[in-house]
Amino acid sequence: MAQTWDTPQAMRRSRWTPFVIYGLLGFFALVYLLPLVVMLLTSFKPLTEIYSGSIIAWPQQWTVDPWIRAWGSTCVGLSCNGIKGYFWNSTKMTVLAVIISTGVGMLNGYVLTKWRFKGSNVLFGLILFGCFIPFQIVLIPMAHLLGKMGIASSTTGLVFVHVVYGLCFTTLYFRNYYMAFPDELIKSAMIDGARFFSIFLRILVPNSLPIVVVTVIWQFTNIWNDFLFGASFSTGESAPMTVALNNVVNTSTGEREYNVHMAAAMIAALPTLLVYIFGGRYFVRGLMAGSVKG
Amino acid sequence: MASLEIINIKKRFGDVEVLKGIDIAVEAGEFLVLVGPSGCGKSTLLNMIAGLDTVTEGDIVIGGKRVNDLHPSERDIAMVFQSYALYPNMSVEGNIAFGMQMRKVPKEERQRAVQEAAKVLQIDHLLQRRPAQLSGGQRQRVAMGRALVRKPRIFLFDEPLSNLDAQLRVDMRTEIKKLHQRLGATIVYVTHDQIEAMTLATRIAVMRNGELQQLGTPAEIYSQPSNTFVAGFMGSPRMNLLPGVLRSEGDGAWLEVGADARFSVGALPRAVSAYVGKEILAGLRPEAISDNADAVNGNRPVIEATVEVTEPTGPDTLALLAVGGCELTARLRPDTSLKPGDRGRFAVDLAKMVWFDPGSGARVR
Repeated sequence: MAQTWDTPQAMRRSRWTPFVIYGLLGFFALVYLLPLVVMLLTSFKPLTEIYSGSIIAWPQQWTVDPWIRAWGSTCVGLSCNGIKGYFWNSTKMTVLAVIISTGVGMLNGYVLTKWRFKGSNVLFGLILFGCFIPFQIVLIPMAHLLGKMGIASSTTGLVFVHVVYGLCFTTLYFRNYYMAFPDELIKSAMIDGARFFSIFLRILVPNSLPIVVVTVIWQFTNIWNDFLFGASFSTGESAPMTVALNNVVNTSTGEREYNVHMAAAMIAALPTLLVYIFGGRYFVRGLMAGSVKG
Repeated sequence: MASLEIINIKKRFGDVEVLKGIDIAVEAGEFLVLVGPSGCGKSTLLNMIAGLDTVTEGDIVIGGKRVNDLHPSERDIAMVFQSYALYPNMSVEGNIAFGMQMRKVPKEERQRAVQEAAKVLQIDHLLQRRPAQLSGGQRQRVAMGRALVRKPRIFLFDEPLSNLDAQLRVDMRTEIKKLHQRLGATIVYVTHDQIEAMTLATRIAVMRNGELQQLGTPAEIYSQPSNTFVAGFMGSPRMNLLPGVLRSEGDGAWLEVGADARFSVGALPRAVSAYVGKEILAGLRPEAISDNADAVNGNRPVIEATVEVTEPTGPDTLALLAVGGCELTARLRPDTSLKPGDRGRFAVDLAKMVWFDPGSGARVR
């Protein structure tokens, strides 16, 4: 019966297998990377070169001028001060909304798992339901509500909308993570004299890094990249980056500055890219090792 | 150190009654072990003493003061959990000092107390490590240090040794006993391991299905079990429960086991004599049956039996004996010459024999 433990025939590798696997992977990686390459190359070319040459040609003359123009002096709608103001709008909105929705989601998860009450599961079910409501359905009632609250067409209003929408997801993430968090740690902290908030802040929060990273990446990407809420609930100067980018590209005056458009799009995409790169490093398992048993 | 009174404690989860009126009084400095099979309610009772579970009915009194409605941190207790429950984000020092930090003990005093406790438990070289970097035994010590440093009025232990391997468990058991002797602390200790219960306790509370079966010193529990459950649960190998019919004629009385086996049981106590002519269970510990020549040829009653299996354990040999269709475990001399299939004569120590009612399982005395 020894041969049953051998590698099955189908899984045995010929020496060509790695070449086939990596060849295919490399090919698809190239396909996926091509638009990015075109964007980057275009953003470093002078406009004349774009109009005369091929789209994927190497720049004959490198220039960062399109990036400077995109940041500081390109026209967004009627004003020509670049996208920098909108970039800060987006930054403020995203950072605030991510912090608030993550923090409140954490607290929700804590209460729903460690301070259960009658009906807490039903409540969680209802919160979960929020994950399945399409954005478009709430546009009109939300606009109405924002108007009533006096925060329509402002960054505050957008933060509010994103927090409300993000809460369903952040609550779900933290609730599921804390389900697996040992109850004995909570009991032990209670005997040690910690109360509701000190248990949360001293015991739960410091052990939540993996799920915080997951939640922050998820929330940051969604909120930064959101266009629908941005376009619906903001006007003019208060618009987020995504809306401004649309206004840059869809301009109907003058010639189309493709290099500036590409640079602006790159700037708009950069923050989420950075969050992935730096967040991913903390995306580690095993932080809970050693708390209970071995 | 403080006394603990558990007065008619009941616990219901919905319609299920998991504790059905428990009464235990523990004096200051006692080591009480709650023992019983899984689901007997012993951990629930411990959680209620700690304040981690609410009391449905009854009172918990620590040091003369009713604590039913006090928060766990105000009951002045410390608890060691089965999983140790060390805070993974804190160093060993942070873990031990956390309770004092929560109570706003000044930093210098905190450090001194941590050092002191760490020295007692020989973990002073580990203070800067994280729980993840410790072995099971070291984690166990840190968990004990966390309880020790608080100088609580009552220590609560929830199966603290069940995650350790066999050798370490025996060592830690001894250490806990030493600690109790040195501190003179009041301890309530939950376990399902009857050897831990026997070795550690000054008194044992045997529980089953939310009811207290017996409360007594280890010696009482072992030699005077109040019913067949306690008799079977405590002691390894378990107590033999030999069913038979009690006969009496003149001064003598004997137990008929099956059709062909009988042995004399001497003078009957009054309560037992009511069972003459009826079924009864005779409880005999394995060490009450011996093949010692002096005993067999002395004035002890003798039982004849066939050896079915012998199990040498080192200090003695356990033998499974067949008597009138029943099986008996006997603790024989380590150098016994008896082999499976041999027929032998065994002396019964009547002083160690107890009687049970076969219907209710309660002891007859």
